Amino acid sequence: MRNGSKGVTRQYLTIYLGKKVFGIPILQVQDILSFQKLTPIPLAPNSVAGVLNLRGRIVTAINLRVRLQEEDFSDSSAGMSVVVEHEGALFSLIVDNVGEVLTLSDDDMEDLPVTLDRFWHEISNGVYQLDGHIMIILDINRVLDLGQGEPEKIAAMA
Amino acid sequence: MDDNIIAEFLTETNDGLEALDNSLVLLEQNPNDSALISKIFRVIHTIKGTAGFLGFSRLGLLAHKAEDVLGLFRDRKLDVTPEYVTLIFELIDSIKQIIAGIDQTGQEPQGDDNLLIHLLEDIYAQHQAGGATRAPAPVPAAAPVVETPEPETAASSAPGSEPDPMPAAPPPPPAHEDHGPVASAPAVEGPTATAASASDSSMANSSLRVSVEVLENLMTMVSELVLNRNQLLQILRQNNNSDFAEPLQNLNLVVSDLQEGVMKTRMQPIGNAWSKLPRIIRDVCNELGKKINLEMHGQETELDRQVLEVIKDPLMHMVRNSADHGIEKPADRIAAGKPETGTIVLNSYHQGGHIIIEISDDGRGLAIEKIKKKALQNGLVTEQQLTTMSVHQLQQLIFHAGFSTAEQITSVSGRGVGMDVVRTNVEKIGGAIEMASVEGKGTTFTIKIPLTLAIVSALIVGAGGERFAIPQLSISELVMVNSSGTNQIETIDDALVLRLRGNILPLVYLSKVLGLSNKQDSDYSSARYIVVVKVASCDFGIVVDNVFDMEEIVVKPLTSLLKHLQIFSGNTILGDGQVIMILDPVGILKLIGANEMADSGSRLSGHEEDHKKDLADKEKLFLLVKVDGRTAKAVSLERISRLEEISISKIEDSNGSPVIQYNGQLMPVHTYNGALPDKERCPLIIFNHNNRVAGLFADEILDIAKYYGDLSSEGSGKILDSIIINDHATDVINSEWYTAQGVVLEERA
Repeated sequence: MRNGSKGVTRQYLTIYLGKKVFGIPILQVQDILSFQKLTPIPLAPNSVAGVLNLRGRIVTAINLRVRLQEEDFSDSSAGMSVVVEHEGALFSLIVDNVGEVLTLSDDDMEDLPVTLDRFWHEISNGVYQLDGHIMIILDINRVLDLGQGEPEKIAAMA
Repeated sequence: MDDNIIAEFLTETNDGLEALDNSLVLLEQNPNDSALISKIFRVIHTIKGTAGFLGFSRLGLLAHKAEDVLGLFRDRKLDVTPEYVTLIFELIDSIKQIIAGIDQTGQEPQGDDNLLIHLLEDIYAQHQAGGATRAPAPVPAAAPVVETPEPETAASSAPGSEPDPMPAAPPPPPAHEDHGPVASAPAVEGPTATAASASDSSMANSSLRVSVEVLENLMTMVSELVLNRNQLLQILRQNNNSDFAEPLQNLNLVVSDLQEGVMKTRMQPIGNAWSKLPRIIRDVCNELGKKINLEMHGQETELDRQVLEVIKDPLMHMVRNSADHGIEKPADRIAAGKPETGTIVLNSYHQGGHIIIEISDDGRGLAIEKIKKKALQNGLVTEQQLTTMSVHQLQQLIFHAGFSTAEQITSVSGRGVGMDVVRTNVEKIGGAIEMASVEGKGTTFTIKIPLTLAIVSALIVGAGGERFAIPQLSISELVMVNSSGTNQIETIDDALVLRLRGNILPLVYLSKVLGLSNKQDSDYSSARYIVVVKVASCDFGIVVDNVFDMEEIVVKPLTSLLKHLQIFSGNTILGDGQVIMILDPVGILKLIGANEMADSGSRLSGHEEDHKKDLADKEKLFLLVKVDGRTAKAVSLERISRLEEISISKIEDSNGSPVIQYNGQLMPVHTYNGALPDKERCPLIIFNHNNRVAGLFADEILDIAKYYGDLSSEGSGKILDSIIINDHATDVINSEWYTAQGVVLEERA
């Protein structure tokens, strides 16, 4: 038992990066977009892929692979974007693919294995055991907290 | 009681009262301005009428008594003295209190107005009687206003010092029972002018009240529409021969215009935030026995509604501060050899992509010794620190929390919520505040607000395959790069420079600064244009690959993740839906480490600056062109609206004269000697004089040259005068000769 009271269920959007599966609380998701043309921002942190216009609002695109220190995924054109709101601004998370929405009980959420790199503990609330794989629940607020400039240099996962 | 009617009454009344504050201050200055008196009378009268209709008896009675006395002023039975104005102010304050009470509870607050009412009754009784012998007593009811319409517009626009950028607020809806000039008025819903003259009603009709929520919703919907438009255009691009092409292009234009229009509704002139200031100054003067003249310039400077809200209170506080702490009492001023009346000047303008607001007074300035004492006393600094601090650093101490130099706490200021609050507010919206003060001479505060959300003109440039916007206000000129001859990029020890009219202009190669170019240092072949920008006191050139168009852009703030990128001041969505970054010239300088240079540059002594300015006033810039295949001729740069390169095939024939299509209109074009150019593409100089445009083909554009001196304006032919430029006698082309034969440029919708 981590958070919430017994029996509370939440819905998560599953997203895929390579072979890893992540979950984002569906209530934070505003939109799911196919590939969008981005305007790159010179001198921006690596994980910022650019900006795009979503119905008159400027959305900052985050390359989630870079942010999560996965192996570099330079061809961001094939991916999908998950638009989330953070501190009043919109961000689009570029991922490989988007899967189904799962309804999961808070009771089933488990702590991250202690052996996992500290990096994951900083941006995740916990994991769920699904058929065939383990889904890491991302804390969007912390994923989008890049600090001032470059993301912290944390040893990438082996 | 219908809540809507009350809400409407409250807004209208508040507007009316706000306008009254200014009118009364002006009335004190011009006691015999009958238009002003009538305006005040009308506002009070409508309050009275509506209050009666809505059953607010306390409000109604007060307004009634005030109207009686105002009627005396209007009918010249009583002279307006400062004492009476103060009385009216008190009265309006009471009315405001009641209105505020109604706003909160929907009921009239309890209270006793007997003192005021007795005062008013006394005045009325005394003077009305005296006046009755000369003229029929004024009917203290509604009728007179209806019969004596006054030019209200004149009253609201005449006074130069009064900011009244909003069209005169429509008077509150008239009460039903008492008069009927509004025959066509539909009940109480619409703002209907009561007894206004024709010009007044046209003012009222040209603006209307829309709730912010409606505007924001509209904005969101327009944004959705833009996206849909973009998708349609995308589909269109894939189907070249679609029947939809033309209607979609039209839709495209309309949507762009619509988007722009809706965005503009968010803008308000800064004068709106200044409207309360004259009253504040007046109150300070009365309370402290000072004489202060408030000047306001640049009220029309537009800024975003949200920004306006945030700076409104800080501005008020600062002006109050200037009046209270800054300006001395008349006796002290005379002793110091200054005019008895102090002056506070408010100024606002756009500069380098920022909105600048200056508040300056000619008061006593900041007393360094007092600041030192106070700072020690409040534990802000140690004695040791004081000894090492510069005057400038000492002055900045006033921005610390809990700092006030006023020796006595007055009701006006000095309660410790001072400049630190102002600074916090300004910085909250990304602005900056600076202060310069000379003891004994006065203080100037400069607030710099970034143009967050403000609409500005920007030049769209291309560098490294991307587009960027440079605010037009910081651009002083555009120079085309030549690989040889003039305007050639040179290097001094790896630094790029351009020799521009005898000055060395440092250059910044944009795509390299932005890390978009991997080219060798010496390869500037793609560089075609230099955008010369002016920031603070430093001129430099930004080398870009391409120059596109000017666009009106709405600046959107950068996301917090990117705030640390000083080089960008924001981003914007272009008409075609693409997001581009807005370059901040100051940020570019900082990035390349030239900041200190810029800073030291700004420490030019006032004298040097004056001298520079004098020279700049006399200097005239000429474009040197070759038009007759032989010698260079000069064209005054002021008269040129654009330089274009035109393909000869674009020249068409209209009634025997050559014309080209320009901005959707036919514009006559000329050549100097009458024969059409024989080259395929040819530079065209477009003149614009009083909106008449005409084009002149040139063989070659040579250079820009400076000339100090006056020109003859006698010439009536093609040549205006001859001057010496670069040691050669040079004919100056008379642009007016061409524009006289040109066409009137129609405003495009």
